This record gives sequence, C-alpha cells and structure tokens, in this order.
Amino acid sequence: MFFSFQILVFSKKFLRMSSLIVLILFLTACNEAIWNNPYPSDDSGKNILYNAFAERPKHLDPVQSYSSNEILFTAQIYQPPLQYHYLKRPYALIPQTVDKMPTVQYFDEDGNLLSADNESNHVAYSVYELSLKQDIFYQPHPSFARNDQGEFLYHDLTREELQKVFKLADFTQTNTRKLLSEDYIYQIKRLAHPKLHSPIFGLMADYIVGLREYADILRKEAGVAPNDEYLDLRSFPLAGVERVDDYTFRIKIKGKYPQFMYWLAMPFFSPIPWEADRFYAQAGLIKKNITLDWYPIGTGPYMLTENDPNRIMVLARNPNFKGEFYPSEGMPDDIEKGLLNDAGKPLPFIDKIIFSREKESIPRWNKFLQGYYDASGISSDSFDQAVQVTGQGEATVTEAMEAQGMRLETAVAPATYYIGFNMLDPVVGGRNEQEKASARKLRQAISIVVDYEEYISIFANGRGIPAQSPIPPGITGYREGREGVNPIVYKWQDGKAQRRSIEEANRLLAEAGYPNGIDNKTGTPLVLYFDVTARSADDKSLLDWMRKQFRKINIQLVVRSTDYNRFQDKIRKGNAQIFEWGWNADYPDPENFLFLLYGPQRKVGSNSGNNAANYDNAEYNRLFEQMEKMEDSPKREQIIARMVDILREDTPWLWGYHPKDYALYHSWYHNVKPNKLSYNNIKYSRIDFVLREQKRREWNEPVIWPIGAGVAVLLLFLVPGIIAYRRRQRAVGLGKPAE
Amino acid sequence: MLNYIFRRILYAIPILVGVNLITFTLFFVINTPDDMARMHLGVKHVTDEAIMKWKLEHGYDKPLLYNPEAEGLAKLTGTIFFEKSIAMFVFDFGHADDGRDIAHEIKSRMLPSLAIALPIFLLGLLAHITFALVMVFFRMTYIDFWGVVLCVALMSISSLFYIIGGQFLVSKLWHLVPISGYGSELDAGRFLLLPIIIGVISSAGANVRWYRTIFLEEMNKEYVRTARAKGLPESIVLFRHVLKNALIPILTGAVVVIPLLFLGSLITESFFGIPGLGSYTIEAINSQDFAVVRAMVFLGSLLYIVGLILTDISYTLVDPRIRLE
Repeated sequence: MFFSFQILVFSKKFLRMSSLIVLILFLTACNEAIWNNPYPSDDSGKNILYNAFAERPKHLDPVQSYSSNEILFTAQIYQPPLQYHYLKRPYALIPQTVDKMPTVQYFDEDGNLLSADNESNHVAYSVYELSLKQDIFYQPHPSFARNDQGEFLYHDLTREELQKVFKLADFTQTNTRKLLSEDYIYQIKRLAHPKLHSPIFGLMADYIVGLREYADILRKEAGVAPNDEYLDLRSFPLAGVERVDDYTFRIKIKGKYPQFMYWLAMPFFSPIPWEADRFYAQAGLIKKNITLDWYPIGTGPYMLTENDPNRIMVLARNPNFKGEFYPSEGMPDDIEKGLLNDAGKPLPFIDKIIFSREKESIPRWNKFLQGYYDASGISSDSFDQAVQVTGQGEATVTEAMEAQGMRLETAVAPATYYIGFNMLDPVVGGRNEQEKASARKLRQAISIVVDYEEYISIFANGRGIPAQSPIPPGITGYREGREGVNPIVYKWQDGKAQRRSIEEANRLLAEAGYPNGIDNKTGTPLVLYFDVTARSADDKSLLDWMRKQFRKINIQLVVRSTDYNRFQDKIRKGNAQIFEWGWNADYPDPENFLFLLYGPQRKVGSNSGNNAANYDNAEYNRLFEQMEKMEDSPKREQIIARMVDILREDTPWLWGYHPKDYALYHSWYHNVKPNKLSYNNIKYSRIDFVLREQKRREWNEPVIWPIGAGVAVLLLFLVPGIIAYRRRQRAVGLGKPAE
Repeated sequence: MLNYIFRRILYAIPILVGVNLITFTLFFVINTPDDMARMHLGVKHVTDEAIMKWKLEHGYDKPLLYNPEAEGLAKLTGTIFFEKSIAMFVFDFGHADDGRDIAHEIKSRMLPSLAIALPIFLLGLLAHITFALVMVFFRMTYIDFWGVVLCVALMSISSLFYIIGGQFLVSKLWHLVPISGYGSELDAGRFLLLPIIIGVISSAGANVRWYRTIFLEEMNKEYVRTARAKGLPESIVLFRHVLKNALIPILTGAVVVIPLLFLGSLITESFFGIPGLGSYTIEAINSQDFAVVRAMVFLGSLLYIVGLILTDISYTLVDPRIRLE
C-alpha cells in the first residue's frame, strides 16, 4: 500500500512538472505565436525579403568576382555604367549610372575619325565616351569620413584604434561622396593590379589599350614597394582611359569590339573610389579580414551590412540611393501579368534582404513551404510535389501549391549543355580528308541516336529544350519552328520536328566505314570513349542511359571517369575523345556562343582557349571574324545562319540542350520577371509583407498535443518501470529475478 | 606525471611533422599548383599568364619538396612544403586562397560547432550510461530484452533518417522549432534543441549497447558478489560500485573525442544550417584550398593527440592504481 502510494506521489509530482513545462511552452506560444520562425520576432511584419544561398561567396571585390553565387550580392551593391532593361525582350542595354548610352567613335591607324558603318578592318581604335549622372552618391562608408580639418579619419589607423575594430560597423563615423568618372577609371586600372587576380584581365588586355603594359608597370612598382604598401593607381596613367571631366571619361579599345558594350553592364566595370582602396590597404585591417573583398562599397540600391557567409548575409537599403524608377514600358503581356502596376515608382521597394545559408535542399524547400523564404528553386526531390504538366504540355504548379497561392515562373537560361567530340582524335575527328569525312558521318549518326528529348524528360524533369545549334533562345541567331531545326538530326513532319530514324543513323554509320558498328578496316567492334569527371553513384543511371543510346547503332561506349583536375588536363592536352561541357552566357550576343567553336580558340595549343572540341574550320573562322565585329543587322544574321549551317553539317558537338529554370514564388512576391542575364533585379521586387505575416501565422500554428502525448508515453513506461524497480530492490539474490 | 606529459608532447612533434608530410604529398598528388590556380581563377578566359601570377602571389611557384636550383639549406627550405608548413608549428595558419585569415575563420566557426557537439556529447553520455545501467539493472527481464531490441533498431537506421524524420515531424508537421538556422547567443537555443535531441537519440543504439556490455562484464566480478553478500541493494551495487569500475573503458572512448568536438559534424551542421567547422575541410578539399586543408588536418591531429593525453590523465583520476611516469 505504502509502495503504491509512493508511486502515486511520484507520478503526481511528475504530472505537475510536466504540466508546468507544457504551460510554459503554451505561454511562450501566446507570447510569440510562431514557434518555428527562424528569424528574430522583431523582424515580423517588416519589409524584408528572405532568400537562401547554398554556396558561400568567395569574392565580393568586383575586380575578382565572377561566380553566379557572388553576383547575387555584388549586383545589388555595385553599379556598372549600363544595365539590362528589366522587362524588355530580347535583352536590351540601358543606362544605369550614365545619363545616356555611351557614344562610340572609330579611328584608323593615323587617328582619323571613321564613319560608324566603316569596314571594321580599317578600324584601329574605338573610343567609348561615357557621361555620368551627376547626382549619384556612394553608400555611407568610413573610408570617406573626415575630421574637422578635412583629413581622413581612418586612413592611417593606429594600433590603439585597430584594437577596437573587429568589423566594418565598428567604425563610428561614415560619410559619402559623389560618384566621379575617376572612380570608373580607378577600377579599370585595378583589373591590372598585381595583387588582384581578375579573371577577365587576359581578355581585357587584348582590347583595352595599354592594359597589359600597365600590369607590367604596376608589377615592377609593387615589387620594389614594401609588401603591404598601398599602391596608388592614380599616380600611374593608363593609356586606354581618359578623364574628360568629373563626370565624363573615355575608354580606348583596340580595333572594333561591339560586345564591349555588354561588358560595361558587368560588375567588373563598377566604380571603386580610391579612398576605399586606400582605407582597405591598411595591413591592420587586412589582418582582421576587413577588405574590399569582404565589405563592398557601392552606389547601388543596397549595401552589405552583415557578412557572415557561413550563416547569413544582410543587404540593407542604401540611404543615399535615389533617382531610379520602375520601368514604364515592357512587353505586351506585362500589363496583363501586373508587371507594370508599379510603373514610375521609385526604386527599390524592399528595405532589407536577408540571405540565409542553406546547404541542403530539403530544409530549404520546407522553409519555403512554411513561408520563411519568399521564393525557391525546385530540386528534383520536390519536383513532383511542386509541378505538374498539363495535357497541353504546359508546366503549372500542383493543386496543393496553388492552394497556398504559389506561382511558377519558367525561363530558358542563356546557356547550353553539350557533348563535344575532340576533333583531334583520329576516330571521331579524323587526321586526313578521308578520315575527316568518315568521322563527320560517324558524328552525325551519333547525333541522331542520342535522344535528348528522352534525356530531358528523364534526367531534367522536362526542364530544358533540345538544342539545335550552340545558340540558345533569346539570342540573335536562334530560330523558332521549321527553319530553326537542325536537319542533320531532325526532319520536319506534321508541323513538328521528328528525330531521324535509327535506320538513317545506321546508314550514316555504314558510310562512315562502320557497318553495323563493325570497323571495316579491322573487323572489330567500334569502341568509343566518354570522358567524364568522377561521378557519384546517383549518376550511374545517366551513364547507363548514355551507353544505351550508343548501343542503338551497336557502338560500345566506354566511360572513362577521372577527377576534375585530370579531366581538365585531358581536355587541355586533347586526350579526351567524347566529353561533356557547358557554357553560360556572359552577354546576350551569339558571338559569346559561336566563339566556342572558333579555331584560334582551340584548347590545344592556345593560351586561354574555350574551344574544347578543338574544332577548326577555315570558312567558319573567316565568317566568325567578320561577324564578331559587326553590329546587329540582317547581314550579320545571314552570316550567323551560314555559320550555324556549317556547324550542323560538321557536328563537332551533340548540341545537347538549353536548361530551363523553374522557380516558385509566394503570392506576396510581386514584379517577378525571370531575367537570366542581369542580376540586379531585387530593386524591382515588391513584397506584401502584411499578407506574408498573416500566411505565416496561418501555416505555422504550433501543434502542442505531441508534447502532451510524449509526456504520457513517458509516464506509461515509467510507472511499470518504477514498479519493477521496487520489486527488483526487494528481490533476494540473483537466483530469483523479477517476473 | 609532468615528466610523462612533457615526454608525450615531445613525441607529438614527429607525429605532426609526419601527418603534415603525408597530407602535403596526398594533396599534391591529386592537385598541382596549376590546377589550384585554375580552380580559383575559374574556367572562363584564364590565361597561362594569370596562372603564373596566381602561383607567384600565393607562393606556389616553387618546387614541392626539393629545390635543386637553390644553394645549401635553401634546397630544402626554398620549397612549398617548408614554407607552407613551418608556420603551422607556431599556430600561424596563414590565409586561405580567397584571402581570408584561417585562424579567424576557425575561431568564429568553432563556437557554433561546440554549441551543438558539447551538449550532444554530455547529454548523450549521461543518457546513454543511465539507460545502459537501467538495462543492466533489469537484466534478464523483458525491459532488458526490449531495450536491446530498441538499441539494435536505433543502430540500424541511418543518421540522415533521424535528421530528415525529426525535421519533418517536429518542425514541419508540428511547427515546434525552426527547421534550420542559427541565432546569436540566447536565441541559439531554439535552433539547437532539435539537433541535440536527434544527436543524442541517433547515437543511443550503439553507445547504450556498448556501455551495457561493459557493465555486464563488471557485474560478474568478485567485488560485486561481495557487495551483494554484504546485503547492499542492487541500485547501490550498480551506481556506486559497478559504475566507478566501468569508467576506464568508457573514458577511453569518451575523453579522446572531447577536443575533437571543436571540429563539428558535417551532416548535422549542413542540415540544420549551423555555421560550424564541420564542412570547412570538405569545402576546402573541393575548392583545392591547400592552406585550409593543411591547417585543419594539423589541428585535427593535434587535438587527437591532446585527447589521448587527456585520456591518460583521466585514468589516474578514476583508478588510483594507475600512475603516469
């Protein structure tokens, strides 16, 4: 009786304790209704955009940054002179910090001005003149702060001052100044800085007059200066840039390079004030990781206020940003989609952007579903949950997603994923004319049998379109419908493109000297080698599928898997036979794709070539040289069409596919128009944060019963446990264990 | 004992040099300095000149292990190995290839790792030993039997399943805690609750069974029989006598991992968005950042050695018969 009473007392105590815990949890719940909110409760209901990033950015200095995960941040902060129109398609450049589009003048060797339509062969120099808007200011920054005597406060920090500094925000004084033409000039000079490694230095040194020599001068200068001394680039003139006045400058380009205009819309050409460079050059700050690479300074709509790339990156509205408005014109269907509702309103709409690091797709996706991220990409794991394809083949959100008010936006990326043939290989490329003709037929046969429609359906959840040439949709030279179809692989039948038959592929294979997959000369089966970077077990099905495609015409495909370094090495040395590769456009010009097959760009034997297939066709090369120097015109389009025809006939690549990006947006996310070339789009986005808060509360009401159930289950186990314990304690010896 | 510890520290030096040499060799068998430069400069528009410049700037322009062109001792010291390794022994880890100070990075990432690993370790130790003792207490009963079954079941499930399942139930279905993320200071608690519970549960199967085996072995010793013969209750026998004597094998496994707790856990941190050190090494290997790989391997080996020394010291605390000489 006493024993049972004790248990009862204990259980009562336990119950009381558990109830107390539940009560505390409940009270906490009343205090802050959403328990699973990953953000501070103070931020609820504020005009903040929530975004996720998977990979930490390495460089935020515009001279070095080139990755898409970096440009996500840098594009909101820095302002190159030009930008892409947010709504217009095809992509169109418009002024950003300049008051009008740059003017270009062409000169011959003797410095005589040439007319704009002059043959590019006579053009020795092009001069771009840019004139800046006069009311643009930098974000508040300590490098501009001055004392009463007008001296810079933080340009020569003492050891004592440095002791109190751990991050940029620890500097109490900030200031700003107007954007000047010398800031752009300073940044162009930084492309050649010996301590910075600009990925486009090699390319730009071929075009900007004197940039290569400038790098040599700086290297010599840096060599004699102490290691951590500030190299004041203002003291070293660069021949290719000229300051006309405070708001006007010129850039001198060798020959004619119309694509240079596109480069002026990339962060490489953002302004950097010398004061910031001087400030960040202090050894004491570098030691504390306070560098331009970590704390950018710009004139754009946002400024980086928190940089912890392992956890969170915060962009806050730049208080000095003004004078930019939401576009008033766009494409015809933009009005219908509500994309012009905010026409003429000042930008940006959002006060703060919080980027949280999410390395794994599952938590990222679930947080999006709970309303904690405003937009999300769709991984293959969650594809079926999010997207359904209608009878007409159109992708839409599933009913569950629609009920939550989500919408799907799709856009074909200006990118291409292809499989290349190494044209230096005797089997797939050929060494003499006869071999080359035979190899061409072999490549054509393979291009018919590798069924990219099936590939996209199986491995990309339908997110892509089969490529007909290197040029993706949205770029001049891409053609829709019948005239856009690659006749080597498809025939036009019943109003659509039909892949040619296996019989046709077999015929081509026989003509190539491999009837039924057997080499005529040796009588042995034809074996080809597919070079890939080391793959995970998940990719086995993909490689099996690829083998199956080649087996359709009795070709044995052997997969040669190596690590990334060795793969790159094979490609550089021309030791690969068939390989996978891809290209993301730098700018929306066909030149940026067609140069991938330009002979002098060959990987083998060139300095920095991008022609991994080592394709070299004299006529194609000649046409490329002509086309690259031309402005867009019907004549240029004709040349591009001819170049594409040559490529299709020669088939140096299996043209592969152009990926299609799918993204989901919540109902409170407005003004979304996918733009795969420009990244400074957050300023156009608008969030209905009241609706978001309401939905978050609706979707995330805590479910408390499992806590009670857990306590009950624990009790259920505990009571018999305590009974058994008591019995056991009273048991005598080992021979009589508890029943 | 001080002599012993001093001797052990001296032994650590050749071990660390050896580990460093092996790391260096393995790393550069896979990655040449040219590969590293290409990785950092990107695949587009990279010229040989840019690669040369990068190598020069980062000190990778010298021979790897032996410099035949140098004079005298410089044949060995004018190499990448010497220049990149020697500073490590004074804890100067240098800069990562992206220019960040490695020591600063380690310091800032160590705390979040510890915030999750230490509670899992301590709570786990407490809970697992308690459960093991309860099972031993109820040995040869249905509680013990089903306890072992449960342990085997827990052991058989992948740790990833606990994480995904836990996030699904607790965060997604019941909305009780955030799915992932990390807060500063006190706010960190609500983010750490779920990973800690999952950490304790997912390691319970193996640990509880291991501790149970240790305790059962002790139960057959003569002193236990003597204790029982004195008429001590079973709980006193277990908790006062058996637990103390079973501590040596438990300490062997537990103390050695204490210093390594700083290094964090890759999967848990990735899934819960904890900004710890767990993925630092893997990220560095993927981005071919030798400076970070070298620093982390060095730190890992050093902490392991510290762990072993601590284990030896802890023996003397729990067993008065052991003297370190």
